[in-house]
Amino acid sequence: MKTRPMMLALAVAAAIAAPAAMAEGSTADGIAQYRAMLAEGNPAELWELAGEDIWKEKAGPKQASLEQCDLGKGPGVVKGASAALPRYFKDTDRVQDLESRLMTCMQTLQGISPDNFVKGKWGKGEMEKMEQIVAYVVGQSRDMKINVDMSSPQMKKMYALGKKAFFYRAGPMDFACSTCHGEDGKRIRLQDLPNLTKHEGAAAGWGSWPAYRVSNGQFWTMQHRLNDCYRQQRFPEPIYGSDVTIALSVYMAKTANGGTVMTPGIKR
Amino acid sequence: MNKYLMIAPLALGIHLATAADDMTAEFKQMMDGSFESSGIADKHRLYQLDFQAVCSSDRMPSAERLKAIEAEQMKTIRWPSDGKYTGDWKSGEKIAISGRGLTWSDKADTTNGGGCYNCHQLSHTEISYGTIGPSLLNYGKLRGNSEEMVKYTWGKIWNAKAYSACSNMPRNGDAEILTEAQIKDVMAYLFDPESPVNKP
Repeated sequence: MKTRPMMLALAVAAAIAAPAAMAEGSTADGIAQYRAMLAEGNPAELWELAGEDIWKEKAGPKQASLEQCDLGKGPGVVKGASAALPRYFKDTDRVQDLESRLMTCMQTLQGISPDNFVKGKWGKGEMEKMEQIVAYVVGQSRDMKINVDMSSPQMKKMYALGKKAFFYRAGPMDFACSTCHGEDGKRIRLQDLPNLTKHEGAAAGWGSWPAYRVSNGQFWTMQHRLNDCYRQQRFPEPIYGSDVTIALSVYMAKTANGGTVMTPGIKR
Repeated sequence: MNKYLMIAPLALGIHLATAADDMTAEFKQMMDGSFESSGIADKHRLYQLDFQAVCSSDRMPSAERLKAIEAEQMKTIRWPSDGKYTGDWKSGEKIAISGRGLTWSDKADTTNGGGCYNCHQLSHTEISYGTIGPSLLNYGKLRGNSEEMVKYTWGKIWNAKAYSACSNMPRNGDAEILTEAQIKDVMAYLFDPESPVNKP
Protein backbone atom coordinates (compact mmCIF):
# COMPACT_ATOMS: atom_id res chain seq x y z
CA MET A 1 0.00 0.00 0.00
CA LYS A 2 2.02 2.89 -1.29
CA THR A 3 -0.02 5.67 0.29
CA ARG A 4 0.60 4.43 3.82
CA PRO A 5 3.75 6.40 4.85
CA MET A 6 2.27 9.65 3.59
CA MET A 7 -0.98 8.91 5.40
CA LEU A 8 0.83 8.44 8.68
CA ALA A 9 2.92 11.57 8.20
CA LEU A 10 -0.17 13.66 7.63
CA ALA A 11 -1.96 12.16 10.60
CA VAL A 12 0.97 12.98 12.85
CA ALA A 13 1.14 16.55 11.54
CA ALA A 14 -2.56 16.99 12.16
CA ALA A 15 -2.32 15.61 15.68
CA ILE A 16 0.48 18.02 16.50
CA ALA A 17 -1.29 21.01 14.98
CA ALA A 18 -4.48 20.44 16.91
CA PRO A 19 -3.49 21.29 20.50
CA ALA A 20 -1.56 24.36 19.39
CA ALA A 21 -4.64 25.82 17.74
CA MET A 22 -6.78 24.96 20.75
CA ALA A 23 -4.54 26.78 23.18
CA GLU A 24 -5.20 30.19 21.63
CA GLY A 25 -8.29 32.36 22.12
CA SER A 26 -11.50 30.96 23.51
CA THR A 27 -11.66 27.20 23.35
CA ALA A 28 -14.65 27.08 21.03
CA ASP A 29 -13.03 29.59 18.66
CA GLY A 30 -9.84 27.60 18.70
CA ILE A 31 -11.64 24.42 17.81
CA ALA A 32 -13.59 26.12 14.99
CA GLN A 33 -10.32 27.51 13.71
CA TYR A 34 -8.54 24.22 13.70
CA ARG A 35 -11.48 22.50 12.06
CA ALA A 36 -11.45 25.07 9.26
CA MET A 37 -7.73 24.59 8.86
CA LEU A 38 -8.02 20.83 8.67
CA ALA A 39 -10.97 20.94 6.31
CA GLU A 40 -8.59 22.25 3.67
CA GLY A 41 -6.60 19.08 3.83
CA ASN A 42 -8.57 16.11 5.13
CA PRO A 43 -6.32 13.06 5.59
CA ALA A 44 -9.40 10.93 4.77
CA GLU A 45 -8.45 11.59 1.14
CA LEU A 46 -5.72 9.00 1.54
CA TRP A 47 -8.28 6.39 2.57
CA GLU A 48 -10.36 7.44 -0.44
CA LEU A 49 -7.44 6.94 -2.83
CA ALA A 50 -6.58 3.55 -1.38
CA GLY A 51 -10.25 2.57 -1.49
CA GLU A 52 -10.60 3.41 -5.17
CA ASP A 53 -7.70 1.08 -5.95
CA ILE A 54 -9.14 -1.72 -3.83
CA TRP A 55 -12.57 -1.30 -5.47
CA LYS A 56 -11.00 -2.09 -8.84
CA GLU A 57 -8.60 -4.81 -7.70
CA LYS A 58 -9.37 -8.50 -8.10
CA ALA A 59 -9.59 -10.08 -4.64
CA GLY A 60 -11.01 -12.96 -2.61
CA PRO A 61 -11.40 -16.67 -3.47
CA LYS A 62 -13.33 -15.72 -6.63
CA GLN A 63 -10.65 -13.27 -7.77
CA ALA A 64 -13.15 -10.60 -8.76
CA SER A 65 -13.26 -6.85 -8.28
CA LEU A 66 -16.18 -4.91 -6.78
CA GLU A 67 -16.85 -3.14 -10.06
CA GLN A 68 -20.12 -5.06 -10.52
CA CYS A 69 -21.31 -4.26 -6.98
CA ASP A 70 -24.82 -2.75 -6.96
CA LEU A 71 -25.07 -0.12 -4.24
CA GLY A 72 -28.61 0.72 -5.32
CA LYS A 73 -28.01 2.69 -8.48
CA GLY A 74 -27.15 -0.31 -10.63
CA PRO A 75 -24.03 -2.50 -10.89
CA GLY A 76 -20.85 -0.47 -10.69
CA VAL A 77 -22.47 2.92 -10.03
CA VAL A 78 -20.67 4.60 -7.14
CA LYS A 79 -21.48 8.22 -7.88
CA GLY A 80 -24.29 9.38 -5.59
CA ALA A 81 -24.84 5.88 -4.17
CA SER A 82 -24.15 6.60 -0.51
CA ALA A 83 -26.34 9.74 -0.51
CA ALA A 84 -29.30 7.41 -1.09
CA LEU A 85 -28.36 4.77 1.51
CA PRO A 86 -29.73 3.02 3.48
CA ARG A 87 -32.25 1.57 1.03
CA TYR A 88 -34.34 -1.55 0.54
CA PHE A 89 -32.67 -4.14 -1.72
CA LYS A 90 -34.86 -6.73 -3.41
CA ASP A 91 -32.08 -9.28 -3.95
CA THR A 92 -31.31 -9.61 -0.22
CA ASP A 93 -34.85 -8.63 0.89
CA ARG A 94 -33.23 -6.37 3.48
CA VAL A 95 -32.80 -2.70 4.18
CA GLN A 96 -29.03 -2.22 4.01
CA ASP A 97 -26.61 0.55 4.85
CA LEU A 98 -23.40 1.03 2.91
CA GLU A 99 -21.32 -1.37 4.98
CA SER A 100 -23.84 -4.22 5.11
CA ARG A 101 -24.33 -3.82 1.36
CA LEU A 102 -20.58 -3.95 0.78
CA MET A 103 -20.45 -7.16 2.83
CA THR A 104 -23.09 -8.62 0.49
CA CYS A 105 -21.06 -7.61 -2.59
CA MET A 106 -17.83 -8.98 -1.18
CA GLN A 107 -19.50 -12.26 -0.32
CA THR A 108 -21.36 -12.77 -3.61
CA LEU A 109 -18.82 -11.32 -6.05
CA GLN A 110 -15.52 -12.11 -4.33
CA GLY A 111 -16.31 -14.91 -1.89
CA ILE A 112 -15.05 -12.91 1.08
CA SER A 113 -16.93 -14.05 4.20
CA PRO A 114 -18.86 -11.48 6.28
CA ASP A 115 -17.11 -13.04 9.30
CA ASN A 116 -14.05 -11.00 8.36
CA PHE A 117 -16.02 -7.94 9.44
CA VAL A 118 -18.54 -9.22 11.97
CA LYS A 119 -15.67 -10.80 13.91
CA GLY A 120 -13.02 -8.39 12.65
CA LYS A 121 -11.10 -5.60 14.34
CA TRP A 122 -11.30 -1.92 13.35
CA GLY A 123 -8.41 -0.90 11.11
CA LYS A 124 -7.08 -4.46 10.69
CA GLY A 125 -7.04 -6.94 7.81
CA GLU A 126 -10.15 -6.97 5.61
CA MET A 127 -11.73 -4.36 7.88
CA GLU A 128 -9.02 -1.85 6.98
CA LYS A 129 -9.88 -2.42 3.33
CA MET A 130 -13.57 -2.01 4.11
CA GLU A 131 -12.80 1.37 5.71
CA GLN A 132 -10.86 2.46 2.65
CA ILE A 133 -13.63 1.36 0.29
CA VAL A 134 -16.19 3.18 2.45
CA ALA A 135 -14.08 6.36 2.29
CA TYR A 136 -13.95 6.08 -1.51
CA VAL A 137 -17.67 5.43 -1.90
CA VAL A 138 -18.87 8.20 0.45
CA GLY A 139 -16.46 10.64 -1.21
CA GLN A 140 -18.35 10.01 -4.46
CA SER A 141 -21.48 11.59 -2.92
CA ARG A 142 -19.74 14.67 -1.52
CA ASP A 143 -21.75 17.91 -1.90
CA MET A 144 -24.84 16.00 -3.07
CA LYS A 145 -28.17 16.05 -1.22
CA ILE A 146 -29.00 13.35 1.29
CA ASN A 147 -31.82 11.54 -0.48
CA VAL A 148 -33.08 8.30 1.05
CA ASP A 149 -36.15 6.78 -0.57
CA MET A 150 -38.74 6.24 2.15
CA SER A 151 -41.52 4.99 -0.13
CA SER A 152 -41.20 1.24 0.56
CA PRO A 153 -42.94 -0.36 3.56
CA GLN A 154 -39.59 -1.93 4.50
CA MET A 155 -37.97 1.49 4.89
CA LYS A 156 -40.94 2.83 6.83
CA LYS A 157 -40.72 -0.10 9.21
CA MET A 158 -36.97 0.36 9.68
CA TYR A 159 -37.53 4.03 10.43
CA ALA A 160 -40.07 3.18 13.12
CA LEU A 161 -37.73 0.56 14.61
CA GLY A 162 -34.82 3.00 14.48
CA LYS A 163 -36.78 5.69 16.26
CA LYS A 164 -37.69 3.22 18.99
CA ALA A 165 -34.04 2.20 19.32
CA PHE A 166 -32.99 5.84 19.50
CA PHE A 167 -35.08 6.40 22.64
CA TYR A 168 -34.39 2.98 24.19
CA ARG A 169 -32.88 3.40 27.66
CA ALA A 170 -30.99 0.56 29.28
CA GLY A 171 -27.74 -0.46 30.94
CA PRO A 172 -26.10 0.58 34.22
CA MET A 173 -26.25 4.27 33.31
CA ASP A 174 -29.84 4.29 31.92
CA PHE A 175 -28.65 5.96 28.72
CA ALA A 176 -30.34 6.07 25.31
CA CYS A 177 -29.09 7.76 22.14
CA SER A 178 -31.57 10.50 23.01
CA THR A 179 -29.84 11.21 26.33
CA CYS A 180 -27.08 13.04 24.48
CA HIS A 181 -28.66 13.67 21.07
CA GLY A 182 -32.24 14.67 21.91
CA GLU A 183 -31.89 18.39 22.62
CA ASP A 184 -30.45 21.44 20.89
CA GLY A 185 -27.20 23.08 21.93
CA LYS A 186 -25.86 20.46 24.35
CA ARG A 187 -22.26 19.37 24.88
CA ILE A 188 -20.30 16.56 26.52
CA ARG A 189 -17.25 18.30 27.88
CA LEU A 190 -16.43 20.62 24.95
CA GLN A 191 -17.85 18.33 22.29
CA ASP A 192 -20.97 19.77 20.63
CA LEU A 193 -23.75 17.21 20.29
CA PRO A 194 -26.05 17.34 17.28
CA ASN A 195 -29.76 17.00 18.08
CA LEU A 196 -30.47 14.01 15.88
CA THR A 197 -34.24 14.24 16.36
CA LYS A 198 -34.37 17.37 14.19
CA HIS A 199 -33.45 17.96 10.57
CA GLU A 200 -30.63 20.42 11.23
CA GLY A 201 -28.83 18.22 13.74
CA ALA A 202 -29.39 15.03 11.79
CA ALA A 203 -28.04 16.65 8.62
CA ALA A 204 -24.96 17.81 10.54
CA GLY A 205 -24.38 14.41 12.16
CA TRP A 206 -25.43 11.95 9.49
CA GLY A 207 -24.03 14.22 6.77
CA SER A 208 -20.51 14.37 8.20
CA TRP A 209 -19.84 10.70 9.07
CA PRO A 210 -17.87 8.60 8.08
CA ALA A 211 -14.95 10.79 9.07
CA TYR A 212 -11.25 11.07 9.78
CA ARG A 213 -10.61 11.55 13.50
CA VAL A 214 -7.75 13.89 14.30
CA SER A 215 -7.50 12.77 17.94
CA ASN A 216 -6.48 9.22 17.02
CA GLY A 217 -5.53 9.44 13.33
CA GLN A 218 -8.17 6.87 12.40
CA PHE A 219 -10.86 6.80 9.77
CA TRP A 220 -14.20 5.82 11.31
CA THR A 221 -17.09 4.41 9.30
CA MET A 222 -20.69 4.97 10.42
CA GLN A 223 -20.74 1.44 11.86
CA HIS A 224 -17.67 2.32 13.92
CA ARG A 225 -19.25 5.60 15.04
CA LEU A 226 -22.42 3.84 16.21
CA ASN A 227 -20.38 1.10 17.86
CA ASP A 228 -18.51 3.64 19.97
CA CYS A 229 -21.72 5.47 20.89
CA TYR A 230 -23.07 2.22 22.30
CA ARG A 231 -19.78 1.57 24.10
CA GLN A 232 -20.11 4.90 25.87
CA GLN A 233 -23.80 4.22 26.54
CA ARG A 234 -22.53 1.18 28.49
CA PHE A 235 -24.59 -1.16 26.30
CA PRO A 236 -23.45 -4.58 25.11
CA GLU A 237 -21.72 -4.42 21.73
CA PRO A 238 -23.79 -3.99 18.56
CA ILE A 239 -22.93 -6.61 15.93
CA TYR A 240 -21.35 -5.15 12.78
CA GLY A 241 -24.06 -4.55 10.18
CA SER A 242 -26.84 -5.66 12.57
CA ASP A 243 -30.39 -4.44 12.13
CA VAL A 244 -30.28 -2.00 15.04
CA THR A 245 -27.38 -0.14 13.41
CA ILE A 246 -29.25 -0.03 10.09
CA ALA A 247 -32.54 1.01 11.73
CA LEU A 248 -30.77 3.88 13.53
CA SER A 249 -29.13 4.85 10.25
CA VAL A 250 -32.52 4.99 8.53
CA TYR A 251 -33.89 7.11 11.39
CA MET A 252 -31.00 9.57 11.07
CA ALA A 253 -30.86 9.61 7.27
CA LYS A 254 -34.60 10.20 6.88
CA THR A 255 -34.45 13.03 9.41
CA ALA A 256 -31.43 14.41 7.52
CA ASN A 257 -33.06 14.08 4.08
CA GLY A 258 -32.41 17.16 1.94
CA GLY A 259 -29.24 18.07 3.87
CA THR A 260 -25.81 18.08 2.27
CA VAL A 261 -23.39 15.17 2.20
CA MET A 262 -20.05 16.32 3.63
CA THR A 263 -18.34 12.94 3.71
CA PRO A 264 -15.74 11.92 4.44
CA GLY A 265 -15.84 14.38 7.31
CA ILE A 266 -13.12 15.46 9.69
CA LYS A 267 -13.56 15.33 13.44
CA ARG A 268 -11.82 16.10 16.67
CA MET B 1 -32.36 -2.95 43.51
CA ASN B 2 -34.58 -2.61 40.52
CA LYS B 3 -36.54 -5.39 38.87
CA TYR B 4 -35.92 -6.38 35.30
CA LEU B 5 -38.60 -6.21 32.69
CA MET B 6 -37.30 -9.06 30.59
CA ILE B 7 -37.12 -9.04 26.84
CA ALA B 8 -38.66 -12.30 25.76
CA PRO B 9 -38.83 -12.37 21.97
CA LEU B 10 -39.91 -15.98 21.70
CA ALA B 11 -42.65 -15.75 24.29
CA LEU B 12 -44.32 -12.96 22.38
CA GLY B 13 -45.10 -14.89 19.23
CA ILE B 14 -48.74 -15.69 19.84
CA HIS B 15 -51.14 -12.84 20.58
CA LEU B 16 -50.21 -10.13 18.15
CA ALA B 17 -53.60 -8.53 17.76
CA THR B 18 -52.59 -4.96 17.01
CA ALA B 19 -49.97 -3.24 14.89
CA ALA B 20 -48.42 -1.77 18.05
CA ASP B 21 -47.95 -5.24 19.55
CA ASP B 22 -46.50 -6.43 16.27
CA MET B 23 -44.03 -3.57 16.31
CA THR B 24 -43.04 -4.27 19.92
CA ALA B 25 -42.35 -7.91 19.16
CA GLU B 26 -40.34 -7.04 16.09
CA PHE B 27 -38.38 -4.43 17.99
CA LYS B 28 -37.50 -6.88 20.74
CA GLN B 29 -36.42 -9.43 18.19
CA MET B 30 -34.26 -6.83 16.45
CA MET B 31 -32.56 -5.76 19.67
CA ASP B 32 -32.04 -9.35 20.76
CA GLY B 33 -30.39 -10.21 17.45
CA SER B 34 -28.28 -7.07 17.18
CA PHE B 35 -26.16 -7.11 20.33
CA GLU B 36 -23.68 -9.48 21.94
CA SER B 37 -21.81 -9.61 25.22
CA SER B 38 -18.42 -7.91 25.04
CA GLY B 39 -15.90 -7.80 27.87
CA ILE B 40 -17.67 -6.73 31.06
CA ALA B 41 -20.69 -5.43 29.08
CA ASP B 42 -22.91 -8.50 29.24
CA LYS B 43 -25.86 -8.81 26.90
CA HIS B 44 -28.29 -8.80 29.82
CA ARG B 45 -27.69 -5.04 30.06
CA LEU B 46 -30.10 -4.78 27.16
CA TYR B 47 -33.00 -5.87 29.35
CA GLN B 48 -34.79 -2.82 30.62
CA LEU B 49 -35.63 -1.93 34.19
CA ASP B 50 -39.30 -1.00 34.57
CA PHE B 51 -38.67 2.74 34.75
CA GLN B 52 -36.18 2.60 31.85
CA ALA B 53 -38.94 1.16 29.67
CA VAL B 54 -41.41 3.84 30.74
CA CYS B 55 -38.85 6.57 29.97
CA SER B 56 -37.97 5.21 26.50
CA SER B 57 -40.15 7.40 24.31
CA ASP B 58 -40.17 10.86 22.79
CA ARG B 59 -43.30 11.53 24.85
CA MET B 60 -43.11 12.01 28.61
CA PRO B 61 -45.14 9.54 30.69
CA SER B 62 -48.14 10.89 32.64
CA ALA B 63 -47.54 12.86 35.85
CA GLU B 64 -49.08 10.01 37.79
CA ARG B 65 -46.70 7.49 36.27
CA LEU B 66 -43.71 9.73 37.00
CA LYS B 67 -44.74 10.12 40.62
CA ALA B 68 -45.10 6.38 41.07
CA ILE B 69 -41.60 5.79 39.66
CA GLU B 70 -40.11 8.47 41.90
CA ALA B 71 -41.70 6.94 45.00
CA GLU B 72 -40.38 3.53 44.01
CA GLN B 73 -36.86 4.83 43.30
CA MET B 74 -36.81 6.80 46.58
CA LYS B 75 -36.85 3.46 48.42
CA THR B 76 -33.51 2.50 46.84
CA ILE B 77 -31.54 5.33 48.45
CA ARG B 78 -29.09 4.16 51.08
CA TRP B 79 -27.99 6.85 53.49
CA PRO B 80 -24.38 6.88 54.73
CA SER B 81 -23.85 4.01 57.16
CA ASP B 82 -21.90 6.17 59.65
CA GLY B 83 -24.11 9.26 59.30
CA LYS B 84 -21.26 11.22 57.66
CA TYR B 85 -22.18 12.80 54.33
CA THR B 86 -18.89 14.28 53.20
CA GLY B 87 -15.33 13.06 52.60
CA ASP B 88 -12.31 14.54 50.84
CA TRP B 89 -13.00 17.14 48.14
CA LYS B 90 -9.63 16.58 46.42
CA SER B 91 -10.47 12.97 45.79
CA GLY B 92 -13.99 14.10 44.87
CA GLU B 93 -12.56 16.27 42.11
CA LYS B 94 -10.76 13.29 40.58
CA ILE B 95 -13.99 11.30 40.64
CA ALA B 96 -15.87 14.21 39.03
CA ILE B 97 -13.29 14.43 36.24
CA SER B 98 -13.01 10.71 35.49
CA GLY B 99 -15.50 9.27 33.04
CA ARG B 100 -14.04 5.78 33.22
CA GLY B 101 -15.76 2.51 33.94
CA LEU B 102 -18.44 0.03 32.87
CA THR B 103 -17.79 0.09 29.11
CA TRP B 104 -16.80 -3.10 27.29
CA SER B 105 -13.27 -1.72 26.98
CA ASP B 106 -12.96 -1.25 30.77
CA LYS B 107 -11.80 -4.02 33.09
CA ALA B 108 -13.93 -5.38 35.92
CA ASP B 109 -11.50 -3.87 38.44
CA THR B 110 -11.45 -0.40 36.84
CA THR B 111 -12.17 2.30 39.40
CA ASN B 112 -15.29 3.97 38.06
CA GLY B 113 -15.46 7.72 37.71
CA GLY B 114 -18.56 9.82 38.24
CA GLY B 115 -18.17 11.50 34.85
CA CYS B 116 -19.70 14.64 36.43
CA TYR B 117 -17.83 17.02 34.09
CA ASN B 118 -19.27 15.29 31.04
CA CYS B 119 -22.56 17.04 31.81
CA HIS B 120 -22.02 19.68 34.52
CA GLN B 121 -19.97 22.79 35.14
CA LEU B 122 -18.50 22.49 38.64
CA SER B 123 -15.30 24.35 39.52
CA HIS B 124 -14.20 27.90 38.78
CA THR B 125 -11.15 26.66 36.89
CA GLU B 126 -12.15 23.64 34.77
CA ILE B 127 -13.42 24.99 31.43
CA SER B 128 -13.97 21.63 29.77
CA TYR B 129 -17.46 20.83 31.02
CA GLY B 130 -20.64 19.58 29.39
CA THR B 131 -24.07 21.16 29.43
CA ILE B 132 -26.52 18.25 29.47
CA GLY B 133 -27.04 18.90 33.20
CA PRO B 134 -27.31 22.25 35.01
CA SER B 135 -24.25 24.23 36.14
CA LEU B 136 -23.20 23.32 39.67
CA LEU B 137 -20.70 26.18 40.02
CA ASN B 138 -20.70 27.54 43.59
CA TYR B 139 -22.95 24.63 44.58
CA GLY B 140 -22.43 24.81 48.35
CA LYS B 141 -21.90 28.56 48.44
CA LEU B 142 -25.27 29.25 46.80
CA ARG B 143 -27.30 26.57 48.55
CA GLY B 144 -25.73 26.38 52.01
CA ASN B 145 -25.28 23.13 53.90
CA SER B 146 -28.55 22.69 55.77
CA GLU B 147 -29.40 19.08 56.63
CA GLU B 148 -32.18 19.20 54.08
CA MET B 149 -29.86 20.37 51.27
CA VAL B 150 -27.16 17.85 52.17
CA LYS B 151 -29.63 14.95 52.26
CA TYR B 152 -31.26 16.02 49.01
CA THR B 153 -27.86 16.15 47.29
CA TRP B 154 -26.86 12.73 48.62
CA GLY B 155 -30.15 11.28 47.42
CA LYS B 156 -29.85 12.93 44.02
CA ILE B 157 -26.37 11.50 43.48
CA TRP B 158 -27.43 8.07 44.77
CA ASN B 159 -30.51 7.86 42.56
CA ALA B 160 -31.53 10.90 40.52
CA LYS B 161 -34.68 9.07 39.38
CA ALA B 162 -36.12 9.44 42.88
CA TYR B 163 -36.49 13.16 42.21
CA SER B 164 -37.10 13.17 38.46
CA ALA B 165 -38.27 9.84 37.08
CA CYS B 166 -36.83 10.16 33.57
CA SER B 167 -33.75 12.21 34.52
CA ASN B 168 -30.73 11.87 32.21
CA MET B 169 -28.51 11.43 35.27
CA PRO B 170 -27.27 7.93 36.15
CA ARG B 171 -28.13 6.29 39.48
CA ASN B 172 -24.61 6.48 40.87
CA GLY B 173 -25.34 4.66 44.13
CA ASP B 174 -28.26 2.44 43.18
CA ALA B 175 -26.60 1.14 40.00
CA GLU B 176 -23.30 0.71 41.90
CA ILE B 177 -21.41 3.09 39.64
CA LEU B 178 -19.79 4.79 42.64
CA THR B 179 -19.12 3.47 46.15
CA GLU B 180 -20.46 5.13 49.28
CA ALA B 181 -16.96 6.49 50.02
CA GLN B 182 -16.70 7.96 46.51
CA ILE B 183 -20.08 9.66 46.85
CA LYS B 184 -18.90 11.21 50.13
CA ASP B 185 -15.88 12.63 48.31
CA VAL B 186 -18.07 14.06 45.54
CA MET B 187 -20.33 15.55 48.23
CA ALA B 188 -17.28 17.28 49.75
CA TYR B 189 -16.34 18.60 46.33
CA LEU B 190 -19.81 20.18 46.09
CA PHE B 191 -20.10 21.52 49.66
CA ASP B 192 -16.60 22.20 51.08
CA PRO B 193 -15.89 25.97 51.18
CA GLU B 194 -12.27 25.19 50.19
CA SER B 195 -13.31 23.22 47.11
CA PRO B 196 -12.73 25.00 43.78
CA VAL B 197 -16.47 24.57 43.18
CA ASN B 198 -17.08 27.21 45.85
CA LYS B 199 -13.76 29.10 46.00
CA PRO B 200 -12.60 31.06 42.93
